[in-house]
Amino acid sequence: MTRRDRTDLLAESLGWFSIGLGLAEIAAPRGLGFCIGVDVDRRGRNLMRVLGAREMVAGLGILSGRRRATWMWSRVLGDAMDLALLGSAMSSQDCDRTRLGAATLAVAGVTAVDVLAAARLSRAATSPGDEARGIEVVKAITVARTPSELYRFWRKLENLPRFMQNLEAVDTIDETRSRWRVKGPAGRAVEWEAEVVEDSPGQCIAWRSLPGADVQNAGRVEFVAAPAGRGTEVRVHLRYQPPAGRVGRGLAAMFGKDPAHQVSSDLRRLKQVIETGEVIRSDASIHTGMHAAQPPKRPDDLPRPVERPLEGELR
Amino acid sequence: MRATVWQGKKKVGIEQVADPTILNTRDAILRITSTAICGSDLHLYQGLVPTLERGDILGHEFMGEVVEVGPGVKNLRIGDRVVVPFPIACGACAQCRRGLFSTCENSNPNAWIAEKVHGHPVAGVFGYTHMLGGFAGGQAEYVRVPFADIGPLVVPGGMSDEQALFLSDILPTGYMGAEMCNIQPGDVVAVWGCGPVGQFAIASAKMLGAEKIIAIDRFRYRLEMARARAGATDVLDYEDDSVHDKLMELTGGRGPDACIDAVGMEAHGHGPMWVYDRTKQALKMESDRPIALRQAIRACRSGGVVSVIGVYGGFIDKFPMGTVMNRSLTIRSGQCHVHKYMRPLLERIQKGEIDPTFIITHRMALEDVADGYDIFLNKQEECMKVVMKV
Repeated sequence: MTRRDRTDLLAESLGWFSIGLGLAEIAAPRGLGFCIGVDVDRRGRNLMRVLGAREMVAGLGILSGRRRATWMWSRVLGDAMDLALLGSAMSSQDCDRTRLGAATLAVAGVTAVDVLAAARLSRAATSPGDEARGIEVVKAITVARTPSELYRFWRKLENLPRFMQNLEAVDTIDETRSRWRVKGPAGRAVEWEAEVVEDSPGQCIAWRSLPGADVQNAGRVEFVAAPAGRGTEVRVHLRYQPPAGRVGRGLAAMFGKDPAHQVSSDLRRLKQVIETGEVIRSDASIHTGMHAAQPPKRPDDLPRPVERPLEGELR
Repeated sequence: MRATVWQGKKKVGIEQVADPTILNTRDAILRITSTAICGSDLHLYQGLVPTLERGDILGHEFMGEVVEVGPGVKNLRIGDRVVVPFPIACGACAQCRRGLFSTCENSNPNAWIAEKVHGHPVAGVFGYTHMLGGFAGGQAEYVRVPFADIGPLVVPGGMSDEQALFLSDILPTGYMGAEMCNIQPGDVVAVWGCGPVGQFAIASAKMLGAEKIIAIDRFRYRLEMARARAGATDVLDYEDDSVHDKLMELTGGRGPDACIDAVGMEAHGHGPMWVYDRTKQALKMESDRPIALRQAIRACRSGGVVSVIGVYGGFIDKFPMGTVMNRSLTIRSGQCHVHKYMRPLLERIQKGEIDPTFIITHRMALEDVADGYDIFLNKQEECMKVVMKV
């Protein structure tokens, strides 16, 4: 059980506790009043029912699983309200001080647990593995070529847009530095500079955004021979910080809402380009979004397929 | 051009759409001369297969004349008459090189959908949902054929369209079903389902030397064709007899050495399991009704092969894994790797070992496609196979 699992379990228990208590407050206000040592009159009964409804709402909110931290803080607020009411009951004449004291102690204990759970949930919600550590994706595909051939294709960074769907262009500046351009939102291009930080021919290439970039991003690709001549395992490891600044937005545009999906689709396109010469297109896939499988109405708008022999780029 | 378009549940019609163009360098454009409706098209027709969209052009059994080729196609010429395998395959990936063309790793632009459903992607298929690529199909005047240097087979001059057309799918599918049975001298093969694929599975089991072939169906005319034309030695009408008891009677209690399920996801049957599956499928709690498959597993002799060529889409229920395990059964299956079988089967047709035209019961024009689907689905007029001239 991870820490997050334990927090979730705690939250759920508290959610059910809220519902149970709420039901008791609504169904048996007098009995409950007796338990905590207050004599409940008609007005008190109605107040108790309102408190019960509040408990039920908080409980259901927590169990629904959405915005759990907010719901948990609402429980803390409710606890404060309960403590205040118990305190004011303390000063009234007809009450059982011993029972009231025990009830106050119990609520105080529950409050402490609620605060703990709420704090943990808040922390988890603001760092869903994204903002704190950045987004990390690891994907692999096997391509029917040697590691050296794949290394050469990838090392010529101008080739990357041939299979990375949202990458418009990569221009080489010098031996290690390059300029990347991504189709940004609303057709605006986003650019940044990157440098190759590790370069082992036939084995791996690693790159990262240059210092001065708004956000750090880094990638590494390894080429490992698959057993018995089954080609090369191409393993990509990407790390980037999601939207914050221009480069962040650019990377978000490049990897979309689901970076893991985008990277594995890009790798599939790499395999298509290397093994078949180009990215396969279908009548539906040439359009973005859902589209009937019918030939394009204006084929002239599409780039004409041109034969681009690969051999030169692989050797 | 005019093309068959899926317009909704049990609704297809001819619509005017744009002509296909070359989208990849290894494409060819065909002018269709003959095309057929496949039993698996009926699953689409009824809206049973997810990721089919209104407006999709249907059809994966077709042949025609090459009218245009992309710059990457060197082995076809304008005017060549070709028949095209229904799976689209690149010929270069590891799966294609193993001969498993219907699981090509490169031909499906929507591979991720298939991967989500099946764990790994499968090949693109003409006119068969977006999960299988979103390629326009061939029940039309023209079609675009990707990887045209790998799939299409040139049909020799003397051979008629009708003789060659079924090389696109059902003849190789039936043949693969029989081949997977690894038939030995003396073997008894039972075939569930006497539709076109079942007929060709029977005919292929005969070509591959089965001693006895038992055909199982509930339509008299289909059983009759299985006996008279395909080569079944015995027929079993499950409306009259208990399948299991009759099979034991016909095999001296041994059970068939191999069982071919040529039925798939929309099986019919009797008894509580039939009601159970029909209800669960209607409630979308299971996608496929495996009635024939369960019978086949139960009937097969210990150590035998259950060969599954009927189409399954998703998930089945009450699968007798205990029987498979305890009786050492082998289940073999797959969408047909058509590319592998087309040439050898073309040669068998040329030598007169099989004449696939025997299954054709309906010939019509493309314009009448809506009638064709309706007649085929409802098995009117003793329908077995609808072929359309374009």
